[in-house]
Amino acid sequence: MTLLPKCPTGIQGLDEITGGGLPRGRPTLVCGSAGCGKTLLAAEFLVRGAVLFDEPGVFIAFEETEAELEANVASLGFDLGKLVRQKKILLDYVHLERSEIQESGEYDLEGLFVRLNHAIDSIGAQRVVLDTLEVLFASLPNEAILRAELRRLFRWLKDKGVTAVITAERGPEQLTRHGLEEYVSDCVILLDHRVNDQIATRHLRVVKYRGAQHGTNEFPFLIGEDGISVLPITSLALNHKVSDERIATGIPRLDAMLGGRGFFRGSSILLTGTSGTGKTIISCNFAQSACRRGERTLYFSFEESPNQLIRNMSSIGLRLEPLVKRGLLRFHSARPSLYGLEMHLATMFREIATFKPDVVILDPITSLMDSGTPSECKGMVTRLIDYLKAGQVTSLFTSLTQGGAALQQSDSAMSSLMDSWILLQDFEGNGERNRVLYVLKARGMKHSNQIREFLISDHGIDVVDAYIGPSGVLTGSARAAQNSLEQAAVLARQQEAAQLEREVSRKRRALDRQISSLRSDYETEAEELRRIAEQVGTKTRLLTTERVASGLLRQADTKTARIRVSSRNGRSH
Amino acid sequence: MTKPPKTKRSAAAPAKPRPDPRWHLRLYVVDQTPKSIMALTNLKRICENHLKGRYHITVIDLLKQPRLAKGDQILAVPTVVRLLPTPVRTVIGSLSDIERVLIGLDLRAAD
Repeated sequence: MTLLPKCPTGIQGLDEITGGGLPRGRPTLVCGSAGCGKTLLAAEFLVRGAVLFDEPGVFIAFEETEAELEANVASLGFDLGKLVRQKKILLDYVHLERSEIQESGEYDLEGLFVRLNHAIDSIGAQRVVLDTLEVLFASLPNEAILRAELRRLFRWLKDKGVTAVITAERGPEQLTRHGLEEYVSDCVILLDHRVNDQIATRHLRVVKYRGAQHGTNEFPFLIGEDGISVLPITSLALNHKVSDERIATGIPRLDAMLGGRGFFRGSSILLTGTSGTGKTIISCNFAQSACRRGERTLYFSFEESPNQLIRNMSSIGLRLEPLVKRGLLRFHSARPSLYGLEMHLATMFREIATFKPDVVILDPITSLMDSGTPSECKGMVTRLIDYLKAGQVTSLFTSLTQGGAALQQSDSAMSSLMDSWILLQDFEGNGERNRVLYVLKARGMKHSNQIREFLISDHGIDVVDAYIGPSGVLTGSARAAQNSLEQAAVLARQQEAAQLEREVSRKRRALDRQISSLRSDYETEAEELRRIAEQVGTKTRLLTTERVASGLLRQADTKTARIRVSSRNGRSH
Repeated sequence: MTKPPKTKRSAAAPAKPRPDPRWHLRLYVVDQTPKSIMALTNLKRICENHLKGRYHITVIDLLKQPRLAKGDQILAVPTVVRLLPTPVRTVIGSLSDIERVLIGLDLRAAD
């Protein structure tokens, strides 16, 4: 089984949609209304073919002269003149003026065939563009002959084996004004240029691709400085590699709420909140902390100019200007209504490609959302996130929640694309508004479930302890009041304990005094007793001595006398 | 080839014979198809009838000289181009409708 061979166009995104390019060796019809980029698409097909794939091409122009064509595509950075000199591209301007032509009798378009054949053979062309064949209908009078000849032409192109692109004007009821789709049946691409809310967007749709699978959706495309880029959303695959590395948010306590280490590198972060909740401040803080780590940060601002941002942030102690000067931080400010969504996306892609940031911040994504329908915006954000994730770039999107809308609902289109979601909120009460934040979701990490108040001071952002009262979280002065209440209670308990301690020590001292007076009483009496005992002893000894002395005097038996003295010792007087 | 004299011509103005009005016609064909043969035959007859002795026909076979197709912006064949007198006029087809050829080449005025 052989698959249909494809001829890559080299146009960004188109090859993705068509699964590799246009059908090789067959004609493709590109139709669309005026000014939707048919000629440019055809020209880029030839230029890319000549430059990227070394396939020379012939451009048969029925509407523009060679010089005009060269000038027109020069705006896309294609040097057609150089390619012509290198014999990689051959331009042939076919001019027909009906007023100069008179018809008499039968004719055919063999002249065109000869010209085409000669052009193809002279440079060995593999690609052919006919822009726009329908001019023939206006120039040549006999439509029956023309139709027969066109049918022959497409057959001839196929036989010649060239991959051809034929452009045609969009008709009111059919794809082309003169029904060329009848003849070109292999591949039909429809271009469209619509204005929605004053913003024009180009769309591309592969209406038909015989023998091949293709994306059937309408894809936005744009004509930028480097040619056409089609932005296929649905054909993107989810296969980017992921990082385990974590990066700090710039607010230590917010890091703590995110499992202690902040966001994953390369993840997408959504920061939502009503106006004045501090989205931009947190974003700038994040940018500053990234820059301090030496990471390059690209900040897309859709509401404030870089200078205004720098001034405002300096009021809370964020010095962004030195970072800008060092080339670490770059602001890109553009009004959302400046151009369409696709142009914004292309501009962002180009900025990202040239600046090569580690962190990208979009502030706010919601103002960009006004430039297109919700599905277009979602597609754009998807495309952007995928692009950033593929390059391991961390992205932070802020989103403004409109007053009155449900906080979680308003971003339902986007939230599922985000890895982390931090919600900022105003708490009203007690005659004041206070800011709180909480982590609504954080894929792949343990995160705090607490609602935390955060303060914006001269020194930046500080997340403070949560106070949960009977009526919910306490913020602002209520939190301060609760704080001082608790402090007063602690003080009272401390005072009570000190009082008790003093009482106890006083009692101990009284006890000690009592003990010592009792002891001194006792000691006095004991001393008395000892003195008395001594006195008694002395008397007895004296008596004995006297007795012995008198015994000696009486010349009594000493021994007997001594025994008697000892036995009668106790009752001697 | 001599340059034609500068004469003011218009369809409304009565035709008057000009001194030495050389007609230079070029017939583009691809190969010797019945259509091309018919065109050449028709052209010769018309010229003989209206421009006897004052015309010159060049036949170009694009099959042999494809480069020349670009010069006169030839798409359809057969094509006859009136190079002289100016302005250039073009008639396509086998020239079977003589009336139209006469209009196309502005031959009525030349008569």
